[in-house]
Amino acid sequence: MKVSVTVNGSQVAAEVADRMLLVHFLRDVAGLTATNVGCDTSSCGACTVLLDGQSVKSCTVLAAQADEREVVTVEGLSAGPDAGPDEMHPVQRAFRAEHALQCGFCTPGMVMATVSLLAENTDPTEEEVRSALEGNLCRCTGYHNIVRAVLAAARDDAAAGLAASERRPG
Amino acid sequence: MIPAPFTYQRAASVDEALDLAARGGEDAKFLAGGHSLLPLMKLRLAVPEILVDIGRLGELSYIRDDGSHITVGALTSHDELARSGLLASQLPLLAHAAGQVGDPQVRHRGTIGGSLAHADSAADLPAVILALDATLVARGPSGSREIAAGEFFRGLFETALEPGELLTEIRIPRPQPAGWSFQKFTKRAIDWAIVGVAVQGGSVALVNMGPTPVRASAVERAVAAGAGPRDAAAHAAEESSPPEDINAGRGYREHLARVLVARALEESRSRA
Repeated sequence: MKVSVTVNGSQVAAEVADRMLLVHFLRDVAGLTATNVGCDTSSCGACTVLLDGQSVKSCTVLAAQADEREVVTVEGLSAGPDAGPDEMHPVQRAFRAEHALQCGFCTPGMVMATVSLLAENTDPTEEEVRSALEGNLCRCTGYHNIVRAVLAAARDDAAAGLAASERRPG
Repeated sequence: MIPAPFTYQRAASVDEALDLAARGGEDAKFLAGGHSLLPLMKLRLAVPEILVDIGRLGELSYIRDDGSHITVGALTSHDELARSGLLASQLPLLAHAAGQVGDPQVRHRGTIGGSLAHADSAADLPAVILALDATLVARGPSGSREIAAGEFFRGLFETALEPGELLTEIRIPRPQPAGWSFQKFTKRAIDWAIVGVAVQGGSVALVNMGPTPVRASAVERAVAAGAGPRDAAAHAAEESSPPEDINAGRGYREHLARVLVARALEESRSRA
């Protein structure tokens, strides 16, 4: 079927199989490969993207379900792969500053889950951060630096005076 | 992993959805959030030839105060249930339990109607609506009908819905002021419940203690007769037939049921 998705602000239209998953649409059709396929069973969260502003696991959404909707991937948060720290999204900057990644496989999903969390809850407690990330698995860090980064990003945003609506990309 | 090939059809109204399903017959299935159905389709445990997407039917997404009832549209997401101020004040059991389903990403996509119609014995919300004595409204080619929650669940992944019938609404009688509790035991945060318990006043329903959610009638009778939480909870595993699987054997589930029912009754009492 013909699917047309607004991805990171640009329209991506293609004729795809009805059974194509959103994550494959993003990687293979839109050519945006930052979103990873991890477990493929909606457990690990590596494929997390924003669909109409809310975090979803793109391995469990059909491309057809995203037709005429807005998707934001981690590529859409900053000026691109060569963006310096100043051009990064506050959540990316916080992950960098707090060393919230090791191998980096889970990171795009972690960052997008965090962006979704902070759009819904501007001032989460540590416990709220931990439960908001329960759908995202990391096998390297033990989570402590990730949680620190999310709390730092929330403080950062508060300091910059960003309203939740401004912080929501796309 | 991708599903086997199927034809995707998107409905623009409930009538169109029913029409598409009628034409598809036994080969068609409704797709809401897809968070129960798509994983099964990837594993080839479900192989529908036609998916009728009802995900954009805004007419099925609402939470309404209808006086004696709170009425919830079948397409309301778990996240919307969990954030509803109306539910928080009138049906906190449902709001709280919906907030415990899966993880935030799953709650953004998964719907109450999808969860009930899918009827996984390990799902949280079927036991919750059983404890709340809800009525389910289904629409089919020949009109609407009401199904009591106690009649709705027929077996594992099996409900009273006929092929082509769409669950559209859940009507929940406004409970008398009373305590409530929802408890579930999982190995990891996002796992399905090994055993779960929903308590609303004197009603007690169990998750994953049989092929369908079950009322713990012996516990309810003991509570009604004035037994304390621990004494009443001793009856929790009676009249149940818990599955044996990779997570737990029958005896372990029976033990969990007694422990969780005791906790739930104590928490409910503290909120009464």
